Amino acid sequence: MGPNFLTCRKVGLGPWARETQSYKDVILTCSTGNQHYSPKKKSYSTNGTYTTKNWQILHKRCRGFLVTVPSFSYELIANAAYIGTPGKGILAADESTGTIGKRLASINVENVESNRRAFRELLFCAPGVLQFLSGVILFEETLYQKRADGKPFVDILKEGGVLPGIKVDKGIVELAGTNSETSTLGLDGLAERCQKYYEAGARFAKWRAVLKIGPTEPSQLAINENANGLARYAIICQENGLVPIVEPEILVDGSHDINRCADVTERVLAACYKALNDHHVLLEGTLLKPNMVTPGSDSPKVKPEVVAEYTVRALQRTVPPAVPAIVFLSGGQSEEEATINLNAMNKLKGKKPWSLTFSFGRALQQSTLKAWAGKEENVKKAQAAFHVRCKANSEATLGAYKGDATMGEGAAESLHVKDYKY
Amino acid sequence: MSAFVGKYADELIKTAKYIATPGKGILAADESTGTIGKRLASISVENVESNRQALRELLFTSPNALSYLSGVILFEETLYQKTSDGKPFVEVLQENNVVPGIKVDKGTVELAGTNGETTTQGFDSLGARCQQYYKAGARFAKWRAVLKIGPTDPSELAIQQNAQGLARYAIICQENGLVPIVEPEVLTDGPHDIKKCAYVTEIVLAAVYKALNDQHVLLEGTLLKPNMVTPGSDSPKVAAEVIAECTVTALRRTVPPAVPGIVFLSGGQSEEEATLNLNAMNKLAVSKPWTLSFSFGRALQQSTLKIWAGKKENVEKAQEAFLGRCKANSEAILGKYAGGGAGGLASESLYVKGYKY
Repeated sequence: MGPNFLTCRKVGLGPWARETQSYKDVILTCSTGNQHYSPKKKSYSTNGTYTTKNWQILHKRCRGFLVTVPSFSYELIANAAYIGTPGKGILAADESTGTIGKRLASINVENVESNRRAFRELLFCAPGVLQFLSGVILFEETLYQKRADGKPFVDILKEGGVLPGIKVDKGIVELAGTNSETSTLGLDGLAERCQKYYEAGARFAKWRAVLKIGPTEPSQLAINENANGLARYAIICQENGLVPIVEPEILVDGSHDINRCADVTERVLAACYKALNDHHVLLEGTLLKPNMVTPGSDSPKVKPEVVAEYTVRALQRTVPPAVPAIVFLSGGQSEEEATINLNAMNKLKGKKPWSLTFSFGRALQQSTLKAWAGKEENVKKAQAAFHVRCKANSEATLGAYKGDATMGEGAAESLHVKDYKY
Repeated sequence: MSAFVGKYADELIKTAKYIATPGKGILAADESTGTIGKRLASISVENVESNRQALRELLFTSPNALSYLSGVILFEETLYQKTSDGKPFVEVLQENNVVPGIKVDKGTVELAGTNGETTTQGFDSLGARCQQYYKAGARFAKWRAVLKIGPTDPSELAIQQNAQGLARYAIICQENGLVPIVEPEVLTDGPHDIKKCAYVTEIVLAAVYKALNDQHVLLEGTLLKPNMVTPGSDSPKVAAEVIAECTVTALRRTVPPAVPGIVFLSGGQSEEEATLNLNAMNKLAVSKPWTLSFSFGRALQQSTLKIWAGKKENVEKAQEAFLGRCKANSEAILGKYAGGGAGGLASESLYVKGYKY
């Protein structure tokens, strides 16, 4: 299935004008009065509603005018399914200004807009990498940035068959009375922001909820708060055309064993899917971004096959088949570790009615960043390193990774930072 | 993990998986004494133990029928009954690779303050009873929770009570070696359309699986027995393909892949209707990580019962009819049912308004 995007373009017919590309028809719906323009037929119609086999258009009152607002169901389903295309995955390049600053600092590069732009250009324009990606998550600043020659990043991605995504949460705050457990901010005005991002070309969103394992954690409060927050975020995204990535990250910090991680992961995921059901979220138009099930960071490591078995089992027990794809976070694993674990999962026999793929940040960029070191003359080398990781993870989604990726410097380096703050 | 893994875990997983064997399903022959009495009355047969024994013997000794069954749900009395030449029913089933199951609930009672909604009884001594049944040869259990659709139903109270009840029953079964069939039946009664049924079924199933997770039930050692998603009994019927799509969509949105099999109840559908719907579901080209099978009572026995009419001389013909329905439903699991395996009897609706077991 090729990219199936909606692009929003102002064509002088009003602030809500949209051009929609369905499977067969191109229609334009206009909110200023009951007018319809069909580019295909090149004519206006006074029929206020337009229904195709692929779209159900609903009338809605908005600011006193009758508007036609497409129901996004079919588009959400198509885009979510596309992201799960075997052989593709997501590059999480949505580091906030503060966070990317830490990365740049690690290679002695100044945290200014031009450097942030340059680094993202390095990634998005690396030759031959876009074929391995179905989506890239962006930070708000990057959504509006351009290549050096002025071409918007969003256009480059779309032309390469990659859906642009957008981080929409506003970080975490502590829950009073807990042992530093957190809730995620960002619901205020979320609908309006989603609309803005949709107009700018985004087609999926991401919101990170965080839980931790401890003697009395995660508490029921933390689980309920975060599950509810994820569900609220998810339905608001869907109302506004963005596929929500549901990310309940359980931090790897701690000395617990893999059984404990499995127990907590299963309980958290069950709570998430109950909340999504309560909030009427269309599961076929969502993605899940969970942690892999592993021992705690202070515990002895286990084999990839064990990680695979525990992870897949936890998902089998909690994630309904309607979810098209599961895009793992790498959470401090080294580039190579993350790839090998993903590969093991895809080799595992058993019921897996969802794609298992990646949504990696550090685990895709680490050696690339080191190779670049902020220098123009290193761009090609860095892009080659990036290509290596993208290709390796693409193979891992097919269970075909042979562990032979020419490893760049730092590929085997653990990326775990205790109590990591984004 | 969050699931309780006790001494019976491996056996539970194995049994549940076997019951979900593609091509095999469950005969629900667990009618209580009162309920079977109504069936016998409909063919003018007296409701005495010997007649109840005779009917079940007819079913369990039907030549070749057992090859299409992976399990039979029994009522307590039947668990201890024998064939006329003295062989325990349980042995007859076991020798033919059919797992004996047992109804363990004690019927429903109304929830005060609701509009006739119910909860299910049976917890007192459930653990001890399960142990007893296990000793007698049972390896799976069944517990029926009932919900209905109305303007304000099902209420959150009814959903929660029944979901928690099912989860409690399920974990107690697993502690005592029985695979629990989880049955949250949403009744067809009503004028609602199929969309409403789908909506209710989805929220009920979501609540059920949350409760099962809360109570540490091992999903790999359970089975689900849901209603199919259909229009209400007072609404126009729809094609089997529509029922199939709505039903499978609802299940895909709520039932985790760890569950090995889904064994539908037939609810008041005629024998033929139930088979055609099951067949349509299995023909759907979409990912279904659980076997879609049957756990039919009336929809397997109706014509058999009518043909038998309580007379010894009719037994052979009645058994042929029973074999016919078993075979048809087996084919439906494989999406291979060609239809028409029906006499007029098989097309007879078995719907009874406000049906009480």
